[in-house]
Amino acid sequence: MRKLIKFFLVFLRIGAFTFGGGLAMLPLIEREIVDKNEWMTKEEFIDIIAVTQCMPGVIAANTAIYLGYHLFGFWGTVFGVLGAILPSFVIMMVAAEFFLTFRDSPVIQAVFMGIRPAIAVLIFSAAVRLSKVVDKTAYNIVIAVVSFALISFWGLHPIIVIVGAALLGILVKGRSENESAD
Amino acid sequence: MRALIELFFTFSKIGAFNFGGGYAILPLIEKEMVINNGWMTTHDFIDLVALSQVTPGPISINSATFIGYRLFGISGAAYGTLGLIFPAFFIVIFAATAIQKYRNSSWMNCAFLNLRPAVIGLITSATLSLGRTSIVDLRSVLIAGLTAVLVFKTKLHPVVIILISGAVGGVFYFG
Repeated sequence: MRKLIKFFLVFLRIGAFTFGGGLAMLPLIEREIVDKNEWMTKEEFIDIIAVTQCMPGVIAANTAIYLGYHLFGFWGTVFGVLGAILPSFVIMMVAAEFFLTFRDSPVIQAVFMGIRPAIAVLIFSAAVRLSKVVDKTAYNIVIAVVSFALISFWGLHPIIVIVGAALLGILVKGRSENESAD
Repeated sequence: MRALIELFFTFSKIGAFNFGGGYAILPLIEKEMVINNGWMTTHDFIDLVALSQVTPGPISINSATFIGYRLFGISGAAYGTLGLIFPAFFIVIFAATAIQKYRNSSWMNCAFLNLRPAVIGLITSATLSLGRTSIVDLRSVLIAGLTAVLVFKTKLHPVVIILISGAVGGVFYFG
């Protein structure tokens, strides 16, 4: 029980102090799990991250579930996930309350008029950053452009695009592996 | 109660297909919240992204909490957030056992790597719809240009960049 509470507190701290979420959390998680508490070796941790990153969902929560299950079984997943999401949950409700109360004030409206274009650019920069780590093969470029067009211009549901890209990926990759085996 | 359950499962759907983390979830949220269910406008959606960026925690959790809270108060926030996480319990625990078993099967290795080009498309389409509603006059073009310089030419943290753009917006648009 004491270990579970400690595990909960580790993820609580991680949830409360990482801005931008996702990958920014991993070094913090590693320090807590591997260096401080020695719950597993660095190699085990890297293996687990490789797995959780491939799963859909929130990386912090996935890592909490996988580590929790691995270390403490079912209750580990529950304590880990609650720790990871509780800070955002509470802070966001407070932020929402403030925002909804003051959103009609002319000053706040002016500030958000300035923030909105900046958000569009920040999001675009994430696409640019990701494109830098993806190989520029014809296949990859076509997938990126077609996914964009299907969602933006044909209004296709993003879930359909994701599933389609995944199936196509398995098909194409499976075929190229068969060829190289021949 | 029915509305809460609907909210729960809508976020479960989003959580189950949120590959690539972070911004890749935005087109899913926009599709479900703005277009399909009409639970928020595009402006609300951008403001939500802004709030998520200046508060700690993953953007997906922040979004689920914010949207749930706005629609149905604290219970809405709880249903939305738990709904988002719900599929991960099954997927991750199942995957934990499956992957240890099929470790060397290469296509299992990382479905996500195959999806990265699609995620680029997803994020770009979020950029387009947010840009279309927020970059509407000369002042917003200037702010977007300033942000682009700060994002691509400096190492400033996104939170700082958002605060700067908010201050500029205050000067440009107030009064």
